[in-house]
Amino acid sequence: MAFQLVLPDSKSVSQAPSPLAYAVDRTFFYAAAAGALAIILLVIYILWEIGGQALPAIGRSGASVLVNTQWDVQNSSFGILPQIWGTLYSSLMALLIGGFIGVSIAIFLTQDFLPHSLATVFRTLIEMLAAIPSVVFGLWGIFVVIPFVRPAADWLHDAAGFIPFFSTSLSGPGMLPAVIVLSIMILPTVAAISQDAIGLVPYKIKEAAYGLGATRWEAILKVILPTASGGISSALVLGFGRALGETMALAMLIGNANQISLSLFSPATTLAALLASNFPEAGAIERQALMYAALVLLAITLVVNVAGTLILLWTSRKMAKA
Amino acid sequence: MAFEASPATPAMAIPSGSDGKPPSLGYNSFEPRALWNLILTLGLWAVAALGATPLLSVLYMLIVKGGARLNGELFTELPPAGFEMGGGIGNAIQGTLVTVAIASLISIPIALFAAIYLAELRPLSRISSVARFLAKVLTGFPSILAGVFVYAAVVLLMGSYSALAGGVALAVLMLPTITLTAEGAMHMVPQRMKDAAIGMGCTNTQVVWSVTLPTALPSIVTGIILAVARVAGESAPLLFTALFSNYWLRNITEPTASLSILIYNFSSMPFDNQIELAWAASLVLVMIVLGFNILSRFIGRPQV
Amino acid sequence: MTNASVLEKPTATAGAAIDCNIDKIYYGKFLAVRDSNIAIEKGKITGFIGPSGCGKSTVLRSLNRMNDLIKGFKLEGNVHFHGQEIYDKGVDPVVVRRHIGMVFQQPNPFSMSIFDNVAFGLKLNRFKGDVEERVQHALTRAALWDEVKDKLKASGLSLSGGQQQRLCIARAVATQPSVLLMDEPCSALDPIATRRVEELMLELKNDYTIALVTHNMQQARRVADITAFFSVDISQGGRTGHLVEVGPTDQIFDAPQEKLTKQYIGGEFS
Ligand SMILES: Nc1ncnc2c1ncn2[C@@H]1O[C@H](COP(=O)(O)OP(=O)(O)OP(=O)(O)O)[C@@H](O)[C@H]1O
Ligand SMILES: [Mg+2]
Repeated sequence: MAFQLVLPDSKSVSQAPSPLAYAVDRTFFYAAAAGALAIILLVIYILWEIGGQALPAIGRSGASVLVNTQWDVQNSSFGILPQIWGTLYSSLMALLIGGFIGVSIAIFLTQDFLPHSLATVFRTLIEMLAAIPSVVFGLWGIFVVIPFVRPAADWLHDAAGFIPFFSTSLSGPGMLPAVIVLSIMILPTVAAISQDAIGLVPYKIKEAAYGLGATRWEAILKVILPTASGGISSALVLGFGRALGETMALAMLIGNANQISLSLFSPATTLAALLASNFPEAGAIERQALMYAALVLLAITLVVNVAGTLILLWTSRKMAKA
Repeated sequence: MAFEASPATPAMAIPSGSDGKPPSLGYNSFEPRALWNLILTLGLWAVAALGATPLLSVLYMLIVKGGARLNGELFTELPPAGFEMGGGIGNAIQGTLVTVAIASLISIPIALFAAIYLAELRPLSRISSVARFLAKVLTGFPSILAGVFVYAAVVLLMGSYSALAGGVALAVLMLPTITLTAEGAMHMVPQRMKDAAIGMGCTNTQVVWSVTLPTALPSIVTGIILAVARVAGESAPLLFTALFSNYWLRNITEPTASLSILIYNFSSMPFDNQIELAWAASLVLVMIVLGFNILSRFIGRPQV
Repeated sequence: MTNASVLEKPTATAGAAIDCNIDKIYYGKFLAVRDSNIAIEKGKITGFIGPSGCGKSTVLRSLNRMNDLIKGFKLEGNVHFHGQEIYDKGVDPVVVRRHIGMVFQQPNPFSMSIFDNVAFGLKLNRFKGDVEERVQHALTRAALWDEVKDKLKASGLSLSGGQQQRLCIARAVATQPSVLLMDEPCSALDPIATRRVEELMLELKNDYTIALVTHNMQQARRVADITAFFSVDISQGGRTGHLVEVGPTDQIFDAPQEKLTKQYIGGEFS
């Protein structure tokens, strides 16, 4: 890059960048490219490490792990069906509750139910919820949620124990407190992304609905939510993804019992909770099985997150065209 | 009643005038659609109130239970053993600060370089689109898997749990968030400002260094602080990387305590003293995390 | 060459700072400009006029390789700057842009102080002399000094639109590049600010070579020594811009040789 322009007049101070500037420029470029590559390599390395460590376990038991219900270290029988069940069940329930509340709050904050300044305060409160660490929610769940729901749970079990959801009594940690805390934890995610999605609905569409004589709720339910449905679905999918990977609060609240039950009051377990409670003390063989469990968790969340990201990309492209 | 408004068939509500009676334009609160409106609005207020209660309850508990132990001893003493009374969480605070600092040192430079590449140098290249997509996927990555990965990649390699391994695990979580927020911040710098620099004959480095970065700095710093705040509260990635320790940290190749793991461990202990300390540690942790959040709001957005 | 050029170059290329022979410019598959040959003469103001979308900006931005940033941009032909082909393989566009400065349609000061904005190019070119004096000189030439001399530390963004544009001009002239490209520099300005910028151009002409894109025919008439008229050609399907006629400003306005030019000047299409 020794190119120099030779000029007849020399009043100008213009000159080519110094060799040093060129060297810096090139180094800078490679450093930046290395940074971008680092992200790609990191993901590959993560898959390779976890996959590699899980390989012996995969070779030993193959897909049978996915249907085996025993986690028995003595007999080297490692099944994770209860964990998969618990992960999906708790996350789905949390999605039902947290998703409903989250979308409701998004409507509440965007459709002029509150004066602007109050809406800002409320939004900040919900955002603060997202900042509370998982372990703190766990602690709160143990000392506030469990004592609080226990009387109601006992009453439901006595009065309606024939319904599978209430078929056991709540003796402390269990699915219900876990689901409640999990719902609270995904609520801010759902609320934030849904607010963005609703914010993207052009004002003229809302105007058109009012112009046709729709009431506020008719406009919300029949025009605004359907228009924002793509963004709201991705909010729900990403909230679900968050719930699937949540570890500590669940490990503290779900009871870590290796069983499959529909009952909201019985203790259960999840993949992340299994990792959290067994990994530190595991021997070599068990650790390989845990790596396999980690791989399954990775696969589930990957599918869900990629789906959520794609929906978000796809709908924002569609909205940009509209 | 001049006419019945029916939400299902709004066309019918248009007064035709042919029946000779003028339409009534007053409110009618017993009309089904008005009633529905009221019910839905009340329901929404109830749900919103329900959504806000947990935060208030958590804050209340933190202040009442955690505040009770908020004294000097808390910050200077080591955690008590089983039946011991008193004690503090000094080494856990130290451990959290150290692991977060290690994570920041590792992830911030890499993330900023990556963001510059994605936003400025080769925004449309294949590497950029793949990296951007993977970063987005990584942000939804369960944090415990960062722990599993670092266990395999660092702990097994070094032969022991360590503060360093904990820092690396947190760095894995910070990297994609900072990259994406910094990229977004650089995108917000108006193209015409960058054009001005290019038009004067700036090299790529000079454009980034003297125009893009300074202009985007407030947003970038905000993103970094939020990422730091988030990992400061993380516990799952530390469980089997930094592990725990009952002593002060002297060397980053040793295991270390951290606030989050201390809360986890103490929450299941049958001793009131430990439970109280868990609440106090929660209060300190939340103050750190919220403090960072508030700080990020003060730094605010760029003035472009 | 083609129908486009009734171009007798009286001064030939001897007095030309930039000699541009464009055969074709593509944006991807889209042929934006064809057959446009102009010499930007030293010490003169060359005005580019023509209907919107005829490729004035495209041609102007090709003169300092600003278009290299646009994906799919391709130029066939050549552009000589003091006899050197700027699209040659070994040429660094960064160096080209340091010699051929640019003022954009929208004022685009950096978010730094007024002083730093003007000193930016000096630092970039490792200027060793008296920076403060240069900054004052440039601001004076841009007719901005009196308005900002007491607040050189204030942000460039705190100025009004017209002041911002003059700041951008000061920034561009501080390094005294040999050519200044100006793309509708007055389109965001009110009439008074426009007048000041026009006076400035006339004054700068003594030391600089200027190429000016303008939508305002009166402006071209007032300031340009040479005027180039571009038009769009929709006969071949696409909308391709090309040079119709170039010559001394008086001639273009009073005695155009081409029918298209006559129609445009006469306001028959715009
Ligand atoms: N970045 C680009 N990518 C693709 N096509 C472009 C781009 N910039 C300009 N064009 C096209 O090239 C043609 C010429 O555009 P140009 O901006 O040069 O016109 P102009 O004469 O400056 O118009 P105006 O007077 O409106 O500024 C137009 O048809 C335009 O659509
Ligand atoms: Mg133009």
